[in-house]
Amino acid sequence: MAEKNLKYEAKQVLERYANLVARLTPKSKLGQGCLRAFWVGGCICVLGQALADMGTAWLQLTASAASGFASVTLVFLTALLTGIGIFDRIARYAGAGTVVPITGFANAMTSPAMEFKPEGWVLGTGARLFTIAGPVLVYGISASVIVGILYYFIRWQ
Amino acid sequence: MLLYLKVFIVGGLLCVLGEILILKTKLTPARILVLYVTAGVVLSALGLYTPLVRFAAAGATVPLTGFGHLLAQGAISAVQETGLLGAFTGGVTAAAGGIAAAVFFGFLAAICFKPKPKDY
Repeated sequence: MAEKNLKYEAKQVLERYANLVARLTPKSKLGQGCLRAFWVGGCICVLGQALADMGTAWLQLTASAASGFASVTLVFLTALLTGIGIFDRIARYAGAGTVVPITGFANAMTSPAMEFKPEGWVLGTGARLFTIAGPVLVYGISASVIVGILYYFIRWQ
Repeated sequence: MLLYLKVFIVGGLLCVLGEILILKTKLTPARILVLYVTAGVVLSALGLYTPLVRFAAAGATVPLTGFGHLLAQGAISAVQETGLLGAFTGGVTAAAGGIAAAVFFGFLAAICFKPKPKDY
């Protein structure tokens, strides 16, 4: 009888220990985040490729025009999904998976533009469109101008 | 079909890199965007990005580094055609579609939709 009680207690202790381990082990946030970013980001790029291929096949676009067509369509879809509130949910799941593709750029413009609508059409929506896109354009365009000027003098390609 | 696999893997890996940067260095998404575009311009100018685009197509052009690549290649080819002025016109001209679309559709969404209260 005593032996049986002891076994029962031991089992309980083991169970409690297992619970404690499960509770205190940090969930591998990095692994999970990377996996989610990988498959969602990969799918967005595949969608971009599919759009570009459709542009080439159906609209007889050149390669660079098809790539532009894909970007514009992805930007449109992002603005739409941001507007109806679905994009935020995808973004919370996918992390960098939606930030790194052009969808991140489009969402970074649409989201504050909507959010600051109460502050007016000019300094609310108009200005806040560029809260994040502004820095991206400042650094991107400046870097490209520097590349252009350097290229004018050195011609390395 | 192989192309689509390459698109998926390269595009996915560029996003994984962003995720690692966000989680490990506490970079905000805004800084990630700036970093990716600038990195794209630099890599493209060094001639390292064009091979990646040839290899993975949209897997390299859809991430924001591809936007930087577009800016850099635009500036370079405009300099070849029109000289020094091209350094100023080429980049934005090449990226105009994406920029104008983001401005216009972002604005349109702000007109059409009410902002949702953030529920987190």
